[in-house]
Order: sequence, then structure tokens, then C-alpha cells
Amino acid sequence: MRVIHLLAGLALAGAVAGAWAQKNPAEAGIEEYRAMLADGNPAELTEAKGEDLWKQKRGPKNASLETCDLGKGPGVVKGAFVELPRYFPDTGKVQDLETRLITCMERIQGFNGAEIMKTPWGKGEKVTVDALATYVAGQSRGMAIKVPQDQPMEREYYEVGKRIFFTRGGTHDFACATCHGQDGKRIRMQDLPNLTKNPGDNAGFPAWPAYRVSTGDVWTMQHRLNDCFRQQRFPEPNYGSDALTALSVYLGVNANGAKSTAPALKR
Amino acid sequence: MADPMRIRAQASGDKAVVRVLMSHEMETGQRKDASGKVIPAWYITDVTASLNGKVVLTAEWGPSVSKNPFLQFTIKGAKAGDKVSITWKDTKGDTRTDEATVS
Repeated sequence: MRVIHLLAGLALAGAVAGAWAQKNPAEAGIEEYRAMLADGNPAELTEAKGEDLWKQKRGPKNASLETCDLGKGPGVVKGAFVELPRYFPDTGKVQDLETRLITCMERIQGFNGAEIMKTPWGKGEKVTVDALATYVAGQSRGMAIKVPQDQPMEREYYEVGKRIFFTRGGTHDFACATCHGQDGKRIRMQDLPNLTKNPGDNAGFPAWPAYRVSTGDVWTMQHRLNDCFRQQRFPEPNYGSDALTALSVYLGVNANGAKSTAPALKR
Repeated sequence: MADPMRIRAQASGDKAVVRVLMSHEMETGQRKDASGKVIPAWYITDVTASLNGKVVLTAEWGPSVSKNPFLQFTIKGAKAGDKVSITWKDTKGDTRTDEATVS
């Protein structure tokens, strides 16, 4: 009899411990709110717009991007997103999704790539790049990230990206790792993904481009990273710079194996 | 020309749940741009939903509705194969209609 009581007591203790491990009501509430928002993710509108832009004949050369090589051969869109950034022999560089799209716009459609990179956020052809990136990313929804590391240059970019991620500086003596180097951290109500380990969190690298409810538009990874530096009070890196691509390689390789959720929805 | 809407309509039992995502700036007219000038109001004022051509919902909207609005409602008696059509009109007189089939 005493044994049974003891067992019952243990079972009760177990149940209580289980309840503690579960999410508190506030967190459950936020999750419900996010699920409701996800039902009508406006990134889908951008995705549809991007698909149109991909197929449309545009630019000085009046050509569509359907022959654009995103790493898996000309015109192959499905699965391209999860293998970027990667080394491209034709440009001799490691490129991420946005810079590769700009290369295509320059070579196939005759746009001025340098001009697009200098265009402010949300203006002119920068908007086109955002929409195209959203479309391309959406074509790999649910696929596992597998950013390659076969080329020596890709491995070099990883190391450089890692260095940038852990470099502390600015007026606040911050590094990317200050916020994104540990599990279970958050800023206000926003969970912070740990971006330093593998398999990574799919709220991090595999979620961008994403629609941001707070700004009411889609941000690509370039925009996200730029703003991370701004928030750290660092000088903002140039759009399409090798530094940002290197950082993307580091984050991407760490995220290898995680399922892509892009284009996702962010607060 | 406004961008297309995304309309999904799913039947379950004798009802169909319709989910609409509209692409619109929904500018309130209360904001100012970088140079301090008021950004003119531009938002959807009227929304109409029809089932096989018969109006089932009308709504009057104002500036407090969010950018890229999401609208969800249920139509009684809608079956798979029925056509749901949504129309909006904004303050500039621009209008857009999109149609979807209940699945």
C-alpha cells in the first residue's frame, strides 16, 4: 500500500514538472496570434508579383528572367533558394539570392546592377529584386537548407562570415552573437533564434525573405542583415557587399538541414 | 492597376469559409513623409462579396483597416464549384474584382 502511494506521489510530481515545462499562457497567446496572422501572410501577394516579374519581358534588352541561372542551371527555380549563397564560376564570386538576381537582371535584361544596389529600400528596381527573391524562395518552401561548402571560396566566406558574426564593436560594443549566440533568448516578445549552431533554427536564416507586420513590407536577407547592423550602431554595410554574403554563408551553413519557411511572416 | 487579391474558399458541410488577402496601401491620410508633407489618404471604402453573382456581403471600410487587409467570412449554403467574387473600391475610385471557385 505504501509503495502504491509513493508511486502515485511520484506520478503527480512528474505531471507537475511536465506542466512547468510547457509554455506559459502569454507565450501561448502570442503563438495563437502568430498562427492567425500566418493564415493571411501578405508575402503571398509579393510572391505572386515576383512570379509575374520573373516571366515578364523587361529592361533595356526586353527579356524575361526565365533563362537566369540561380545555381541549378538556367531557368531552374525550384530548390535554388536552399542552396544559396554559393560559388558561381561565371562571375567568379560567391553570391547570395539577391546579388545573383541582380547579376541576371544586368546580364539578361540589361539593367544597371550597380545602380540597383544603390537604390534606397522600397524604391525602383530594388522592389523588383525583393519580389523576385520572394518568389524564388517560395518555390523551395519546406525544403531542407543545404548551402554548399565544396568550393574553397565558399569555405573562405564561411570563415569570414563567422568572424563578422562574433566581432564586437560600435557604441554599444555589440556583436551579432550578443543576441543570437544562445538558446531561449528573446527581446521583448520576440524569440531570438540561436544562429551559431547546426541544425539551425528555421526562424532564422530559412525564414527570409519575410513579410514584416511592423513595417508592412517584405524584407529580404540583405535588408534584414543591414538593419541588424544599424540596430547595433555599426556602420551599415553596402547592399550586395561581400561582407553580407559572407555572413549569409555562415548563417546558411549553420542552418543546413533546417526546413525553409520563406517567405515567412515576422512581427 | 491594382495587384490581384488572393482568394481561398473552402467548403465544409453546408458552409464555406472564404479567406481574402487584398493588396492595398491603405494610407490613412494622417502620416507625413520625410519632407513633412501629408501623405494623401488612399484606402478601400467599399467591399462586396458575391456568391454566383448574388451579393452576400457588403462592407464599408475606413482608414483604420490595415495595409494589405485580410478578410475572412463564412457563407451559408455555398457548395464546392460555386463562384465567389470579391470587389473593392478605394478613395481614388480605383476598383478591382477577383473570383475564386469554392473547393
